[in-house]
Amino acid sequence: MSSLEIRDLHVALADSPEKPIVKGLTLTIKTGEVHAIMGPNGTGKSTLSKAIAGHPDYVITSGDVLIDGKSILEMEPDERARAGLFLAFQYPSEIPGVSIANFLRAAVQARMAEGEELDASGYYKRLYSKMDLLKIDRKFTSRSVNEGFSGGEKKRCEILQMAMLEPSFSLMDETDSGLDIDALKIVAEGVNAMRGEKLGVLLITHYQRLLDYIVPDFVHVMYDGRIVKSGDKNLALELEAKGYDWVKTELAAV
Amino acid sequence: MSVSSLSPSPTEGLSSARFEQHLSQRSYLPAWWLEAKAAAWNQFNTLPSPARTDETWRFSNLNTLDLEGFELPEDASQHIPNLSAFPHAAEIIFSNRQLVARSAVPSDLLAKGVIFAPLDEALRSHGDLVREYFQKLPANLGSEKFVALNTAFTGSGAFLFVPKGVEIAEPFVVQHTLSGANKATFPHTIVILGDNAKATLVEFFVSADNGRHLASGVNDLHAGPGSQLVYVGAQNWSRDTLAFQTNSIVVERDAKVLSLNVHLGGRQARHESHSRLLGPGAHSEMLAVTVANGAQEFDQRTLQTHVSPNTTSNLLYKNALLDTAKTIFSGLIVVEPDAQKTDAYQKNRNLMLSDDAEANSLPGLEIQANDVKCSHGSTSSRIEPEQEFYLQSRGIKPQAAKQMLVFAFFEEVLNKLENEDLHTALRTLIESKFKK
Repeated sequence: MSSLEIRDLHVALADSPEKPIVKGLTLTIKTGEVHAIMGPNGTGKSTLSKAIAGHPDYVITSGDVLIDGKSILEMEPDERARAGLFLAFQYPSEIPGVSIANFLRAAVQARMAEGEELDASGYYKRLYSKMDLLKIDRKFTSRSVNEGFSGGEKKRCEILQMAMLEPSFSLMDETDSGLDIDALKIVAEGVNAMRGEKLGVLLITHYQRLLDYIVPDFVHVMYDGRIVKSGDKNLALELEAKGYDWVKTELAAV
Repeated sequence: MSVSSLSPSPTEGLSSARFEQHLSQRSYLPAWWLEAKAAAWNQFNTLPSPARTDETWRFSNLNTLDLEGFELPEDASQHIPNLSAFPHAAEIIFSNRQLVARSAVPSDLLAKGVIFAPLDEALRSHGDLVREYFQKLPANLGSEKFVALNTAFTGSGAFLFVPKGVEIAEPFVVQHTLSGANKATFPHTIVILGDNAKATLVEFFVSADNGRHLASGVNDLHAGPGSQLVYVGAQNWSRDTLAFQTNSIVVERDAKVLSLNVHLGGRQARHESHSRLLGPGAHSEMLAVTVANGAQEFDQRTLQTHVSPNTTSNLLYKNALLDTAKTIFSGLIVVEPDAQKTDAYQKNRNLMLSDDAEANSLPGLEIQANDVKCSHGSTSSRIEPEQEFYLQSRGIKPQAAKQMLVFAFFEEVLNKLENEDLHTALRTLIESKFKK
């Protein structure tokens, strides 16, 4: 079993480090667990996931992030990825001129030892089986990464990458945004198929809807840069029924 | 051993004595050819060297055009390149100006009247045909002196003639290789497509070692009515090479020409390309990709001349610049008074991978007709940080991620090649520059 430990994390924009966005967040995710972080817009959910992945726009002002007790903050984004971290982007980049097949092959190859050759036929076999699972047309392999994709196609492509790279921890940033219900079901099926002892998931979402399809083990409410409430899947339902104002009122009462 | 290896010979270097020797070695060639060479040698000696005040040499480094010490190799050297690995119709290989290998033109093509031969051979077997097209419409974009030098000394290069209605899918290949110190080569390739013919010619220009080299290459590309020509010229000269390449592209009615120049090597490499759209429906696709690193200078001068109505041209030159490299792009679209309904585009895109690199761009339009669509533009951009992060977030190392994005930048150009094998071969060649 592996663990991703977020310890009293403070994050700000690199351009304005004096204005914290994440303000002391602590959370431990173990492989086999699915955690959901819910919260209103602007509360720092996306900042949290991008900062953990090493996005250069963000700076971690204090605290630590550890995989199996080892800090990853000194690592470059690519090293963090090879250490087992995966970020499913809310807005995946379009990269004209880089085909999905070449992109994924480079990512798979980066995880292999120096001088080790990729088995091309095995790679394509695996790629096609994951694509079939996610109902992605095989013709997509020759298309440029995310270029001209619909919202649903982009999100399915993120899940495809996750399936191919088999991370220990996946941070899924608003994976449900921009998806109609059919696309949402396909994405959820894909994630559910990967659930198991080898994968820990952090679902970041604004809406409870996603959690109907990917049922979390733990639900955390994030507000103003920290986790203010934690519980099981019922917390999400309660939140859906009462709205985020309920959390604010409760906080004000404390 | 030759006498010259023992004592300095008056025929060394690109001297008049050496020229006379070169001419006398070719006495078996047609008289008109020898006269053209003699005239070119005079022209070379008469024409002034490029000067600071020449608009066609604006931004170019003029202090490094020194031809001193270069000599014409007479030995094929030890270096015999391999035939190309990708499928091709036939191939001709020159090493130090000598024909060292060739693969035979398939008999079915010979039966149809296809000619693919070294220039000297074609001069003997099809002299009148060569004469009709040789420098029929020269490019004249500033390098006339070096083109004259090419005519004076050329002896290598290929002649491709594809008769009316003959379509050939696999490319013809020509390789030019130089090795040894202070060696020079002057290849001249001529391609003639008859009505509705279809063919591809690929030329590779390569140094086999790090020697100081001089190359001045010239092409006459002639696409007859309704024909389709693909020309690829890829150079990977040594880092101590002064290189010139001048393309003249003539496109007749309803013909289509795609020309792609790949620039990798050289200390200073100048490329000139002139497309003339002579008949209605003619189209010229002018493409180039350049990887400029170290202190390399790549100098590109282009002209799209629309002579007839309803002609189209599309130029896309992409440069990736690293280190302290420098590129110059100067392109002009000329629409002549009769060329109504012209549709002409010109784009120069520079990917700046270093703060110390320098990309100069001089786009121009000269429109003498009133019903045309023309646009030009140049951009300089950097690698998109969001794309770089996206690749790295998948575990791809920074250097590899950067390289992928540079290739992505080139892909818009390389994708225009329909021949997949050729596309792959060029990609591999470009990759080799990043692996050094």
